[in-house]
Amino acid sequence: MVGITRKLGRWGLDRLAYLGQLGELTQQIGVSMLRGRWRPRLLGEQLVATGFGSQLVVIVTGAFVGAVFGFQVYAKFKGYALESATGAMVSVAMCRELGPVVTALMVAGRVGSAMAAEIGTMKVTEQIDALRALGIHPVDYLVTPRLLAMMVSMPLLIAEAIAFGILLSYVVVVEGFGVPVAYYRNHTLASTNMEDVSIGMIKGFVFGILIVIISCHRGLHAENGAVGVGRSTTEAMVTSALWVLIVNFFLSLLLNLIFPYGSAA
Amino acid sequence: MAARPDPVREPEAPLPAPPRAFIEATGLVKRLGGHAVLDGASIRLLVGETLAILGRSGEGKSVLLKHLAGLMNPDSGSVRIDGEEIVGIDERRLGPVRRKFGLLFQNGALFDSFDVEENVAFPLVELGLRDPVVIRQRVLAALEAVGMAEHRHKMPVHLSGGQRKRVALARAIITQPRCLLYDEPTAGLDPIGTANIDRLIRGFQQRFQVTSLVITHDLKTVERIADRVAFLRAGRVHFLGTPAEFFTTGDPVLRQFLDGRPDEGETA
Ligand SMILES: Nc1ncnc2c1ncn2[C@@H]1O[C@H](COP(=O)(O)OP(=O)(O)OP(=O)(O)O)[C@@H](O)[C@H]1O
Ligand SMILES: [Mg+2]
Repeated sequence: MVGITRKLGRWGLDRLAYLGQLGELTQQIGVSMLRGRWRPRLLGEQLVATGFGSQLVVIVTGAFVGAVFGFQVYAKFKGYALESATGAMVSVAMCRELGPVVTALMVAGRVGSAMAAEIGTMKVTEQIDALRALGIHPVDYLVTPRLLAMMVSMPLLIAEAIAFGILLSYVVVVEGFGVPVAYYRNHTLASTNMEDVSIGMIKGFVFGILIVIISCHRGLHAENGAVGVGRSTTEAMVTSALWVLIVNFFLSLLLNLIFPYGSAA
Repeated sequence: MAARPDPVREPEAPLPAPPRAFIEATGLVKRLGGHAVLDGASIRLLVGETLAILGRSGEGKSVLLKHLAGLMNPDSGSVRIDGEEIVGIDERRLGPVRRKFGLLFQNGALFDSFDVEENVAFPLVELGLRDPVVIRQRVLAALEAVGMAEHRHKMPVHLSGGQRKRVALARAIITQPRCLLYDEPTAGLDPIGTANIDRLIRGFQQRFQVTSLVITHDLKTVERIADRVAFLRAGRVHFLGTPAEFFTTGDPVLRQFLDGRPDEGETA
């Protein structure tokens, strides 16, 4: 009994310490954005690696998630003779939930793990100490450009995922199953509004920040050589993905208060 | 204006000012992995001198160096650089202090995403130098000084250990700092390469009055470049003196080290 309590206590303290470290890193990034040196070249490199390089993965993911969701909705709605409303369902779901979440999960896997691996390798090979020895703050050099690049890239990537999801579901439902184009398009446009799109963008922005902070933190705290870097990489991805899913739930509740359904439709 | 010479002092030999310490560390204690690697180590690096630090492998020489550069924080003790206490100050305020010295890491710590030339140029670019012609000139000069100019387009992974060390040395000296901290600058080099690097280090000291701290296992290097020698043992400075005193010491621990005798009780 005492053992369990102690273990729980230790676990709780570890979580608290972890949150404290994330908070400290966030604060460091804040200071860095206000006072650190502006490094356009690094920002450019990160924009290419994070945003440009993730497009294919994100587009394919978004497209197929949209397509399969469209197919299932169509199959179900057909029973109620509502198949022309499929597009409305797909587009709202893609904008509000599926687009941001699947994009964030793919980016956590592709970009978050790479950040943890790169920064972790630099940590265990003393390259970060070499930066510090030159009077360069590692957060300024390594984290801030990655965060800025992510803040720009993530909403754009999500927009692509949403667009291709809607497009491929349209192809499946309209071209594949012969639902009349006009109805389908009208339903889609009538029930999708700026609020739905804003929700997707806001979520993407938040998820992007989460992924960068969690992954860079893992990298900066990597230890024990190659094994440690490997573990940091996996943990960065898993932790970011879990946080994305959990934060998404609460963000949905919150954003639904701000942008309720049907407010502007 | 002709002030009369002080009667008690030789006019042409004024009392030398007391030597000023560039780095002054006192009572450093650091526990790592449950064992006190530094256990009250104190050391002064005087302005303009070359201090060699010796000690057996694993005695904490590299750890000491990282404390002197503010890269590691001691459990207790103090480090002053140029009169400024650096233990416990914010990482951001350490930046300007660190730019006063160059640091050569034991493993080189080259940036593996940059090629040799970019690695050496990096400190200059970070200092705000923009003119590519000037940067190139200085990088080439530094690479030539360590005999690595012809390899300037290689990536660090494609260099040998000794080559990596020499590129790292070029990166440490490129900003012409007032103080240089070297962690085994000649480890892994052949005797000629070692002599070249020793001459380079000595040259900085003689031409630019650079203050240097050199961790080394090489007794020839000590002979060639050191003004003073410190021997680290059990987390403290066990011996501190001139090279002459060091080489002629009767201390049994140092004698074993100097003569390269194996530990007792381990017969083949
Ligand atoms: N980050 C660390 N965590 C735990 N122990 C460490 C760490 N860094 C160094 N040590 C330990 O501190 C001791 C001193 O290490 P250090 O690298 O300073 O030795 P050294 O005197 O430079 O040896 P060498 O001449 O072989 O380079 C070693 O026992 C090492 O295992
Ligand atoms: Mg060492």
